[in-house]
Amino acid sequence: MLFYVARRLAQAVPLVFVIILINFFLIHAAPGDPVFVLLGSMDTTPEFVERVRREFGLDQPLWVQFATYLGKILSLDLGYSLRFQEPVLGLILDRLPATLLLMGTALTVSSVVGILLGAIAARRPYSVTDHASTIVALAGYSMPVFWLGQIMLIVFALHLAWFPTQGMYSLRAPSEGWGRVMDIARHMVLPVITYSVYHLALVYRLTRVKMQETLALDFITTARAKGVPEGRVVFVHALRNAVLPVVTVIGLNFGFMLAGSVLTETVFAWPGMGRLLFDAIGARDYPVLMGLFTVLSLMVIIANVITDVIYAMVDPRVIYR
Amino acid sequence: MSTAGAMQAAEATAQMPVIAPHVPAWRIFARNGTAAFGAIVLAVLIPLAVLGPFLAPFDPSRVNAGPPMAGPHWPHVFGTDDLGRDVFSRVADGLRVSLLVGFGAASFSTGLGVVVGGVAGFFGRFIDDLLMRITEIFQVIPRFFLGVLLVAFFGASIFNIIFAIAILSWPEVARVVRSEFLSLRARQFVDAARVAGASRRTLIFSEILPNAMGPVVVNGTLLVGQAMLLEAGLSYLGLGDPSLVSLGVMLQEAQQIMRTAWWTTAFPGLMIFLAVLSLNLVGDGLNDVLNPRSRER
Repeated sequence: MLFYVARRLAQAVPLVFVIILINFFLIHAAPGDPVFVLLGSMDTTPEFVERVRREFGLDQPLWVQFATYLGKILSLDLGYSLRFQEPVLGLILDRLPATLLLMGTALTVSSVVGILLGAIAARRPYSVTDHASTIVALAGYSMPVFWLGQIMLIVFALHLAWFPTQGMYSLRAPSEGWGRVMDIARHMVLPVITYSVYHLALVYRLTRVKMQETLALDFITTARAKGVPEGRVVFVHALRNAVLPVVTVIGLNFGFMLAGSVLTETVFAWPGMGRLLFDAIGARDYPVLMGLFTVLSLMVIIANVITDVIYAMVDPRVIYR
Repeated sequence: MSTAGAMQAAEATAQMPVIAPHVPAWRIFARNGTAAFGAIVLAVLIPLAVLGPFLAPFDPSRVNAGPPMAGPHWPHVFGTDDLGRDVFSRVADGLRVSLLVGFGAASFSTGLGVVVGGVAGFFGRFIDDLLMRITEIFQVIPRFFLGVLLVAFFGASIFNIIFAIAILSWPEVARVVRSEFLSLRARQFVDAARVAGASRRTLIFSEILPNAMGPVVVNGTLLVGQAMLLEAGLSYLGLGDPSLVSLGVMLQEAQQIMRTAWWTTAFPGLMIFLAVLSLNLVGDGLNDVLNPRSRER
């Protein structure tokens, strides 16, 4: 098992390298002087421009520049944002918890609900419930996630005033203890629902197909024949087998989920990485953009490794393949 | 009938030298009611987009075409925005841009995917290994953010947006085409052509490619919808082409005023939703027509 984990980690190394290479390529391929891309802003002193030019070795041959850049990234120096007057890494780490909180909650809620609904729908294929939920899932799959957020905000926050319109906490709420938890939870309801719809649709559709396939297998017939209660057949015997590919897909889609999270955060002004991305785009703050790309890519790579390891723990056959 | 039973029946039919009764393609398509619904919606939306400039009651960029921030009323059926521009006319115009990006990016990425997947599947060996490794890398890196970077660095022109979305979407096509090529390459009719002295070009373009087109067309249809959603996402983050207002750009502009004028976000979003939903439904329907195996399920 340890060997397998080590091998998966080793396979991830070239990917990290590619990510850094993409950033490096963008710095040089973008129109204009690379030094201004690295600075992210034009209005600064000539001395500072010179310092950055020397720091990144921009007067050196290209491969030296790449080595310098690689060294910087590997020593966790993601550059400096002139706009925020702060190192990029610090900026990103500040906003990481908010994003993880929103994403983790939404991911858990939508995965659990999607798998349960998929399992239930697969029990009676082609019934009215099945058709109805399939159409609803397809609808969830076909709308821009941030538009759904906008509509929810207008209906539930503005007109019905059930939930706050934006942010993560209100100023007047208690700043610690249970009151604060409840306050954050209230702020999370709409973003979590918005963000869950797309992912729920995906998980639901996949679980339904996999469950249908599994329920047609012989060992299910055997289980039924020996008198196992139907609920146990569906949720223990079948679901355990059907859910494996679903886990893989959840892991593989982590990148798209981050995208959904970023768009949702922007709608609800959630103080996470999405908000940072939005501000950085507006200011064309290139160091922050590249830093975010690096960190988000690392998150996706790590998520993929974790998914594979979980899969291997549940289904040891893959280790020996 | 269980899936296993259906598979057995299908295999049995495949082995018997019977001629399948001819069913017109459109009838298979129409049998799927939701696909027909999707086709009808598209049959309304595409002309609306193409003929938008002639059909729209107002010039989409005309300021003060009506009272500013007015709700839906005649003749402004979708209301007006903060500058008094007619939302319906803007939606028709934006739909044209969104569909243009959708179809442009889908054709671009399908072309790229067919070339990569075809080359990998036909030549195999180390070319296949190399190309598939690159494809895997593209599947792992968070592509939406790569798109954000590309557009932010190279400028938000419509061509860059189409290009960025195409770069995001080709790996799926490549994988589908590769597996089709791998299986078709070993079929008897291809061997027969090879023995008869067909050139490589004939083998690829006349024997294998036409038979691999089914999944490619289905996937392409779905890609149009996905590309439209991606474009909307990019635009919403402020990376839309400022000179060509798409539905996504409209949604971004509406963010500031939607609290008092819900119609400025509701209608453009509804239009994207309808278009993408129809494209997905039509894709499913085409899948029934072009991939007969999946019809049995």
